[in-house]
Amino acid sequence: MMHWIILPVVLPAMLAPLIGFVMRHDITLARAASVAGTALLAAIAVGLVMLAADGQTHIYRLGDWPAPFGIVLVLDRLSALMVLLTSILALIALIHAIATGWDARGRHFHALFQFQLMGICGAFLTGDVFNLFVFFEVLLIASYGLMIHSGGRERMRAGLQYVVMNLAGSTLFLFALGTLYASTGTLNIADLAVRVAEIPAEEAALVRVAATLLMIVFAVKAALFPVQFWLPATYANAPAPVAALFAIMTKVGAYAILRVHTISFGPGIPGTDGLVASLLFPAAIVTIAVGAFGVLGARRLMGLIAFSVVGSMGTLLVAVAAFSPVATTAALYYMIHSTFAAACLFLVADLIVTQRNSDSLQPVPATVQNGLFAALFFAAAIAMAGMPPLSGFLGKLLVLDALRAPGEMPWAWSAILIGSLLTIVGFARAGSALFWKSTAIPVLTPEPTDEEEGAPVRQARAGALQVAPTMLALAALAGLAIFAGPVAAYLEDTSGQLFDRDGYVSAVLDPVPGEED
Amino acid sequence: MELIVASTVGVLTAGGVYLMLRLRTFPVILGLALLSYAVNVFIFASGRLSIDQSPILSPYGEASYTDPLPQALVLTAIVISFGMTAVLVMIGLGAFFESETDRIDIDTADDAAAPEKDTQA
Repeated sequence: MMHWIILPVVLPAMLAPLIGFVMRHDITLARAASVAGTALLAAIAVGLVMLAADGQTHIYRLGDWPAPFGIVLVLDRLSALMVLLTSILALIALIHAIATGWDARGRHFHALFQFQLMGICGAFLTGDVFNLFVFFEVLLIASYGLMIHSGGRERMRAGLQYVVMNLAGSTLFLFALGTLYASTGTLNIADLAVRVAEIPAEEAALVRVAATLLMIVFAVKAALFPVQFWLPATYANAPAPVAALFAIMTKVGAYAILRVHTISFGPGIPGTDGLVASLLFPAAIVTIAVGAFGVLGARRLMGLIAFSVVGSMGTLLVAVAAFSPVATTAALYYMIHSTFAAACLFLVADLIVTQRNSDSLQPVPATVQNGLFAALFFAAAIAMAGMPPLSGFLGKLLVLDALRAPGEMPWAWSAILIGSLLTIVGFARAGSALFWKSTAIPVLTPEPTDEEEGAPVRQARAGALQVAPTMLALAALAGLAIFAGPVAAYLEDTSGQLFDRDGYVSAVLDPVPGEED
Repeated sequence: MELIVASTVGVLTAGGVYLMLRLRTFPVILGLALLSYAVNVFIFASGRLSIDQSPILSPYGEASYTDPLPQALVLTAIVISFGMTAVLVMIGLGAFFESETDRIDIDTADDAAAPEKDTQA
């Protein structure tokens, strides 16, 4: 049995208390340990991707108990990919937090950050729904701490709202698990697939209730329409590097829908066939609209970006709702893209807000690096809005191309295209207020050189290290666009493996004689 | 017994939802606590209700036992919801001391005033 599979959970779990207890008085030490741990996590993730590339579904049995009785971790192409995405994003957010000093504005940033990584990696790797709940709680309780990091009135209030929302979601998750256990007698994802398939369609009412409840829970995480309202306030008020890391948290919800509702309640299972897709599709369409109108109506930069994240989740879930290998390939490509695009926007917005000392979309005198920030914001915005040449364009093109069924094409195409247009308008308006109109103001002041010398400390230039994480995220987006062919080929294999339900079930449930050691 | 357990879950859930909709910190915390009690009873009942039976198979008697798995699940759920409630109380207190109001909803009038305050902590 490969012990590598559990390392993405164990490494942050060991590192976090070490940072929290031993290094809490030495920020330099904590920073070094946190960066080293996250870099190591990325290296492990690369190893896992290479391990999973053989197309096998690798199993890690905790305590070596056989599958339906013990908890298993499952590594396939999809989970390996998500762990890699998490670790790269975490590294970018962490460097930004250290370079801008966000981590020193409150206590225990690095310990909470590592616990957050532990929860996210665990949620991606687990093969058991109750274990998924536990990892959700781990990542949530860490995110509560990160969300209110460094405090402040607005942030505390938004944090309280976020915590209440997620606690209600967790309770709903438990109700769903209770219903599921009562009707099937198991909580292992592979075993569920077997048991649910055995239930005839007319007796599947309870299972359908459980599947729908689970979808609502994952929709809360993924910020789907009726339960998306927590996201803008949370992301807009969270510290920027935390908001960048949270870009993966919405994807945890989308991943859980993909994993559980494809394998356990997926297409072809008589009791639940088409149930989730019929709910998910209209909700995702409305989510796109909410995101687009939110972008148009936002009065604060962070709020604008948060709403664009809502819109991108809508696009992603429209593709997920098709529950077909082709659409899932598109969804996965768009998922990678929108994670980096959202993170990039939050990071560049943090630099802008710090220099302007204002989060509002009103013109204030231009900052010393107006041109640089305008270029960064412009690049990140076209990525998020889905214009060429960055990967957002290819991602949306793949999603549109995958949704050609007559029932969904008019809705999906018009929602995504009009939503993209509104997002472009919103970002253009914000960009012109932030960078263009503000250049008109210093012209009125007589001596700009004196103004610059006498400027307060906050006008200090953003150093290379502070801009580097944003550049890194942009490079990831560019790389995703340049290597779109190989990436899409890999993702095609990934979604093919995801939809191979029998392969997953037999890998998890059948003991393999050669793996006894 | 089924009736008692089922109506307990129902009443606790109804009370919890009602209190959560009050949108002030203290009732919401109580409401979430009630909801978590409701879900604990619910999970407990998902392994079927049985009286006076051990959670292990007896090698002597006939094979009747109560399902041990929901009991393990409910222990996990109790621990997690207890911890989460404690965190919620602390964050609620923090938000109350920072903003001097215990309302959960954020009034939009703040938006205009917000930019000046929350960029620097």
